[in-house]
Amino acid sequence: MDLLTFMQQMVNGFSLGSMYALIAIGYTMVYGVLRLINFAHGDIMMVGAFLAYAFISIFNLPFAFAVLLSVVISALVGILTDKIAYKPLREAPRISLLITAIGISFFLENAFTVFAGGIPRPFPVPEYMQNIFNVSGIIFSTSSIMVPIVTLVLLLAILFVLYKTKYGMAIRALSFDIKTVNLMGIDANKIISIVFALGSALAAVGGIFWVINYPSVEPMMGVLVGLKAFAAAVVGGIGSVTGAVLGGFIIGFTEVVVVAFFPDLAGYKDAFAFVFLIFVLLFKPTGIMGKDLEKSRF
Amino acid sequence: MFTKDRLINLSIILLAIWFTWFAQNHFEEYTVRIINNVAIFIILAVSYNLINGVTGQFSLEPNGFVAVGAYVTAILTVDANGMLYQYDIEDPYPWILALQTNFFWALIFSGIISSLLALSLSFPVFRVRGDYLAIVTLGFGFIIRILAINSPEITNGSLGINDIPQASNLYWTGGFAIVAVLVILNIIYSKYGRAMKAVRDDEDAAIAMGVNTFKIKTLAFTTSAFFEGIGGGLLAALLTSISPDLFTFLLTFQLLIIIVLGGLGSTTGAILGTIFVMAGLEWMRFLDEPMNIFGYETDGLPGMRMVVFSLLLIIVMLFAREGLMGKKELKDLFKKKKVDK
Repeated sequence: MDLLTFMQQMVNGFSLGSMYALIAIGYTMVYGVLRLINFAHGDIMMVGAFLAYAFISIFNLPFAFAVLLSVVISALVGILTDKIAYKPLREAPRISLLITAIGISFFLENAFTVFAGGIPRPFPVPEYMQNIFNVSGIIFSTSSIMVPIVTLVLLLAILFVLYKTKYGMAIRALSFDIKTVNLMGIDANKIISIVFALGSALAAVGGIFWVINYPSVEPMMGVLVGLKAFAAAVVGGIGSVTGAVLGGFIIGFTEVVVVAFFPDLAGYKDAFAFVFLIFVLLFKPTGIMGKDLEKSRF
Repeated sequence: MFTKDRLINLSIILLAIWFTWFAQNHFEEYTVRIINNVAIFIILAVSYNLINGVTGQFSLEPNGFVAVGAYVTAILTVDANGMLYQYDIEDPYPWILALQTNFFWALIFSGIISSLLALSLSFPVFRVRGDYLAIVTLGFGFIIRILAINSPEITNGSLGINDIPQASNLYWTGGFAIVAVLVILNIIYSKYGRAMKAVRDDEDAAIAMGVNTFKIKTLAFTTSAFFEGIGGGLLAALLTSISPDLFTFLLTFQLLIIIVLGGLGSTTGAILGTIFVMAGLEWMRFLDEPMNIFGYETDGLPGMRMVVFSLLLIIVMLFAREGLMGKKELKDLFKKKKVDK
């Protein structure tokens, strides 16, 4: 194996890892405030990609505008799922929340299958995203440069919101104790809506990047990616945004590198994230950067 | 000797046996098939309920164990010629060809192998609790499916195994359903069952009271895996062809709806839930077909059933969280003023 292939795989892993990271941030934030594995999060990613597809190929909107619009609408969908399905269950045992989340996930998948059809559709990737650069033998596409950059910018933005703004302080307070936060005069439901909006917007960005790299849209696309991103969030330490990004990169790199150097294992590609997850949990049950959030259980 | 409870139980069992016999001999083929399905899903739901509802360990693994059971039964009952004929991707291993038993032992082996797998899995899995457990077991289901796709020498890969002898009939499915319900009820009312409920209600308190929670969880996990394996075997012999696509998360999701609708923790609820959900799924087939609503002709909407079903799950969770039975069993309904223990 030469350095060139190695560098090439690094580029690919970086790009894939960024997409997992973007989706993992949403998981980790929702888990941080509600202690809920939002199973519907992967499907929000699918919704984002689908909306972008619809705006571009049906309504002929320009790419950038379509992306912006679908990100905003996805954020609204995220808030809506919280208001409809999770808010009435705030005081309920956490298992009820989890089951509802699975229900929402299946609802989104099947509703899109019914009304948009289950057949994968080609995603219209704009010309300028398909440019290929060759830097001394390593092949870059526009998206493989853009994805990590946008991810890092968004990560910094999220960290800024979390640690430098009033809302961020409320979010962090919420992750300690939801009841006390209400007593302090903060509207917990509003803050939770903000968390869902931020997470869903990032998931939509991740979904659009995903279909730029693998240009086909279908209702079930969010399932596996979402689960791997969740595995990434747990590996990194759930509840920690930096941990989620780290976990996303680890899972992405593992997948790319193992497949590149052990082609025999390519068929098992989708299982790596989970095997890795089980190993990490065996040695560090809270993930790499995680705190013990498991004190209250359902 | 003949207390009121025992007489009620005995008459229910006799009624179930009589119904099995009557249905097998007098009902139409289509109805018998649905009842077969219901019986298999009763086995799956009741055993899933043991780990999920009674012990309170939110695991999402049954599709994995059902898959293992189905494949073991398929491999053990399809004869060598049939296997050589249909294994297209790779030739099967010689030892796979040599494995042959009759249907009964195939089912028992399915159960044993599933529960051995559960036993070995419980060591890593029960190191984590709560949500983490859900995601690890979910991952396990994925891993089983990916292994099945990538081991064509054993499972014929994504093509799956066809021409499995159709051995399942109501005597088998109904018989095993009765056995599974009896065994699981006996466990629930034993001292182990009380320990399981203690683990569900407060794990830390259970530890403080000297309950070996790992042992109790593992017991529930292996027992439920045993019957899920048998259920998988019965399913394989009913459908006569299996492939990895059969054992996706959708199967776990169906079982989850069943036990939540019936009431998490209630075996009676799991049985009622199975009957409602399976009958409902059959009945709601009209949703997938073209409809005439107030004079408007709609096209067929395949998948509408699942939309309605996921809505049903959400509505049950939002408005009737306890499900049909709550944590009560059938015999608790006859008692008055006695609180569920």
